[in-house]
Amino acid sequence: MTDIATYNFAYLDEQTKRMIRRAILKGIAIPGYQVPFASREMPMPYGWGTGGVQVTASIIGPDDVLKVIDQGADDTTNAVSIRAFFKKVANVAVTTETAKASIIQTRHRIPEQPLTAGQVLVFQVPIPEPLRFLEPRETETRKMHALEEYGLMHVKLYEDIARHGRIATTYAYPVKVEGRYVMDPSPTPKFDNPKMHRSPALQLFGAGREKRIYAVPPFTDVVSLDFEDHPFEVQTFDQPCALCGAENVYLDEVILDDHGGHMFVCSDTDHCEKRREDGHRGHLAPETHLVLGKTEPAE
Amino acid sequence: MTDEPLLRVSALSKFYVSRVGCENVTFDLWPGEVLAVVGESGSGKTTLLNCLSTRLLPSSGTASYRMRDGQFRELYRMSEAERRFLMRTDWGFVHQNPADGLRMTVSAGANVGERLMAVGDRHYGRIRATAVDWLSRVEIDEDRIDDEPRAFSGGMRQRLQIARNLVTGPRLVFMDEPTGGLDVSVQARLLDLLRGLVTDLGLAAIVVTHDLAVARLLSQRMMVMKDGRVVESGLTDRVLDDPRAPYTQLLVSSILQV
Repeated sequence: MTDIATYNFAYLDEQTKRMIRRAILKGIAIPGYQVPFASREMPMPYGWGTGGVQVTASIIGPDDVLKVIDQGADDTTNAVSIRAFFKKVANVAVTTETAKASIIQTRHRIPEQPLTAGQVLVFQVPIPEPLRFLEPRETETRKMHALEEYGLMHVKLYEDIARHGRIATTYAYPVKVEGRYVMDPSPTPKFDNPKMHRSPALQLFGAGREKRIYAVPPFTDVVSLDFEDHPFEVQTFDQPCALCGAENVYLDEVILDDHGGHMFVCSDTDHCEKRREDGHRGHLAPETHLVLGKTEPAE
Repeated sequence: MTDEPLLRVSALSKFYVSRVGCENVTFDLWPGEVLAVVGESGSGKTTLLNCLSTRLLPSSGTASYRMRDGQFRELYRMSEAERRFLMRTDWGFVHQNPADGLRMTVSAGANVGERLMAVGDRHYGRIRATAVDWLSRVEIDEDRIDDEPRAFSGGMRQRLQIARNLVTGPRLVFMDEPTGGLDVSVQARLLDLLRGLVTDLGLAAIVVTHDLAVARLLSQRMMVMKDGRVVESGLTDRVLDDPRAPYTQLLVSSILQV
């Protein structure tokens, strides 16, 4: 490191990390419960992942390997910046490979490759309160959580069916954690909800602006809410990934030109690259393959 | 009718610091009975209603409610969870301003269905069928089921609020000026509807109103309040035709004759 600015390890001071760790421990002890914490100013605007960054900063150690994804991709602005941030302030190894990461900070996706025990998934959460758009009063929503009054959550799903003939909520789809707290899984597509159920990885959620932390410990029940006659279902795609040919993965639409040309590709870039390395080919895959996925060790 | 009351209220008082909200109110309410609480504004009738419906905690006194299992439970000793459960199953509360009792940004069907979902109904088709049934019972066209109450007239909103409250088959309904703010022809239809529902369903109700005509139409018994105290109570017809307390006499003689 140069002699200009020196940071405490992982940017936050130790007292702040202790405070955040206490909130995380409480969150783990009460799965799905939103724990208030004294969120700090971070060198980035609210809405860019200040909650997730604080959680990551509090749990990261010198031996950790960090992966950051933004909408599934390792190479978008938010992901690149946060990865560079921790490389600078914590001097940790960073990677784009899901299997090699010990901490994965994510904005709105869960990697396609199943996570394993010992990995930690950190979500950036804009609005932690699933009842917020139905009940604006925080005092009331906290009471509703305390008394397990969740009828209102189904009102939202009812409205969906009444308007669209099916549950049209596609992201931030409410889940019930361990049969008790209703939780907003952050704006992940509902495609990823089943991955949260009994996941061997620890899942932590940080909302910086709203000053809330919550958690889903490993092997915890996470059940998406639904109606008996309109059961929960995930998005399906009628074509495979155009680059790697993968099916049953979450796809992004990419516009190719201004004549209506488009293709659907894996939103999880690491998964897509791994598959192409293994020789899978989609119908639009280029002849030569540029290997992007890599791990950079700590300096 | 059973030989036990539904609600027993004894020496109920509510003070706002030193000011009296209501003082020393005692009465029994029987199943299927409609009790009107009348008095001028500031006489404590809404305070009394809020205390009875546990929206406010009284300063002293007791109220016990006979639960569906026949056991009397002391309202103010119940946990908040039990009270709130009671409020959305066995009780109803009809606000003067429908916006206070409705969710204005969700559809009429969802407004009616909310209580069903709150008590665990998870079948969309059934919830919707019940909502359709209740809308027709309060004379709202079925094709308005997916409209938001914001698009409804005042009278329709009030009828929707009533449907929303009655959908779980409550045994006791609190009403705070249910016809306030409606014009007379709409009032008349709403009263007619309420009277029909109360009789058909055998509801007990406590209706707070300053309108003696509403009290006469809806209630069998009434209490007249002034300055937080009950000055007279008895059968509605008796109180209105033969008022004894000077204040009641004043109240009755103040009705405008058209």
